[in-house]
Amino acid sequence: MAVITRGFGGRRRDDTDLPPGQYRTDDFPVLSAGPTPRIGLDKWELAVVTEIGERSTWSWTEFTALPADETTVDIHCVTHWSKFGTRWRGVSVDTLLADVETSAEYVVAHCYGGYTTNIPLEDLIDGQAWVAYEFDGEPLAPVHGGPARLLVPHLYFWKSAKWLRALELRLDDEPGFWETAGYHNYGDPWREQRYRAD
Amino acid sequence: MSTTNVGADDPSWVDGNALAGPLGELMGTDLTVAELTCANCRTTRPLAAMRVFDRAPGLVARCPGCEDVVMRLVRTTERALIDLRGSLVVSFPLPNA
Amino acid sequence: MARAAIPGGLTWRPATVAATRAETATARTLVLDVDGWTGHLPGQHVDIRLTAPDGYTAERSYSISSAPGPGRLEVTVQTVIDGEVSPYLVDVAGPGDQLEIRGPLGGWFVRRPADPRPALLIGGGSGVAPLVSMVRAATAPTRLLYSTRSPSDALFRADLAAAEAADDARVAVTHVYTRVAPPGWPTPPRRLDADALARVAWPHDADVVAFVCGPTAFVETVADLLVDIGHNPANIRTERFGPSRG
Ligand SMILES: Cc1cc2nc3c(=O)[nH]c(=O)nc-3n(C[C@H](O)[C@H](O)[C@H](O)COP(=O)(O)OP(=O)(O)OC[C@H]3O[C@@H](n4cnc5c(N)ncnc54)[C@H](O)[C@@H]3O)c2cc1C
Ligand SMILES: [Zn+2]
Repeated sequence: MAVITRGFGGRRRDDTDLPPGQYRTDDFPVLSAGPTPRIGLDKWELAVVTEIGERSTWSWTEFTALPADETTVDIHCVTHWSKFGTRWRGVSVDTLLADVETSAEYVVAHCYGGYTTNIPLEDLIDGQAWVAYEFDGEPLAPVHGGPARLLVPHLYFWKSAKWLRALELRLDDEPGFWETAGYHNYGDPWREQRYRAD
Repeated sequence: MSTTNVGADDPSWVDGNALAGPLGELMGTDLTVAELTCANCRTTRPLAAMRVFDRAPGLVARCPGCEDVVMRLVRTTERALIDLRGSLVVSFPLPNA
Repeated sequence: MARAAIPGGLTWRPATVAATRAETATARTLVLDVDGWTGHLPGQHVDIRLTAPDGYTAERSYSISSAPGPGRLEVTVQTVIDGEVSPYLVDVAGPGDQLEIRGPLGGWFVRRPADPRPALLIGGGSGVAPLVSMVRAATAPTRLLYSTRSPSDALFRADLAAAEAADDARVAVTHVYTRVAPPGWPTPPRRLDADALARVAWPHDADVVAFVCGPTAFVETVADLLVDIGHNPANIRTERFGPSRG
């Protein structure tokens, strides 16, 4: 017999529009595999690197001068919480790749602090992903990935890498930090692809 | 709306001591007194003295000297995975030694 | 989400709340009865697991604040605003309620009864919990430096006063208040600093062990201060509870 703790509800709420195994939260939990990196905006740089090593880079001023989108999306964390209606501002990955010549099929996101995650290129284009630098009308807080983070809302949130530094375009797939430690390589919340064998 | 209660300057890690439960359940022994040699800076410390980030998809232990990852522990539906690529050596005290 | 127990591993076992004791307006001690509990080493913690009727679970670690003994243990919990587990333990759980525990845990942040060295214990906020277990079981000279915001935030007031009053004078307790000091207190409220530490600590060349416990930021500061005043880093043991959210 399992032990049920009387009167314990936890933080989650039930909801219908949720992917399987998720609970809704109104908080914005902070998850992190390491300390929060401190990156001065004068030192900050975002790079796109192609499979033959061609680099395009943006300083903070250049990056924030690019056309940006406002987007409101639901996010789903693999630790079972989902948050509805989060409001972001950021640059579409399509904009960053507009002048990039590539036959890559995969992308590795590299971050300040050393975190990595891998995503198929086709999941980052056609208006599906952003490099976000505002949340809820405010500059993105460092604990939530500021100055700028990747935002790929249709995949589990570990793919939305915080403290983004570079997008590396690759011909082959290179599993990232959690993908090499038992998590699913793709991570679709609607198919509940949490772990490698799911 | 409440976004976060964690101030950016309020460090959030705990000590490797906190791994005693999750690891003990798997291994049947207290691994937090084992010593790990960081593959990056080569200093050796007990696991209990590493920095553990426990609010994440898995438990991540980092070397307090250089901040590199020395151990990761992930619990999937059917398996538990301990990744030690960040450690060169893991040494255990022997009982009754 | 029930998990099969791994043979030979440390497993979850049922615990029943036997009683609760208010420590302050926002913290309390829970007395837990556990079948087959054989005691612990002062400094150790347990993991507590709560399970909602629909199977949702949450786990957190809590230090054991009682003296070692069979069948029963105590944990002392400080409410974290908006927390998932601590408000339940402080405000809701009552006698007869069941939860699960795993432990006793940890062989590093422990004060072994056979250790004859004097112990310097430094606690911030609820970080005093494992240190109080050490105080209760003390056989060697023990000094506790306890930092809280104000007198009304201090846990274990009566227990600590009693330990200090014991005839053998083994235990000495010093309070430090960081925001509000009691009337007539010799020093204005301030953060724990090298001065305050040096006044309580033994000479740094003495063979002393130090145990530091509390919010991560507090432990970081105190551990550095101890090294600054000459303590051997090898004799400093720490237990960080996470962000202070204070
Ligand atoms: C070994 C050990 C022993 C402990 N002993 C005690 C004890 O004796 N008494 C006691 O009162 N507490 C103790 N703690 C702390 C305790 O385990 C819980 O962290 C605390 O009670 C808060 O839990 P919660 O569910 O109420 O809050 P949560 O819901 O977990 O957290 C509330 C808010 O704080 C943030 N937060 C909390 N912890 C972290 C973290 N580690 N990293 C990032 N963000 C975080 C959350 O994101 C959230 O915003 C101990 C911790 C450890 C590791
Ligand atoms: Zn190192």
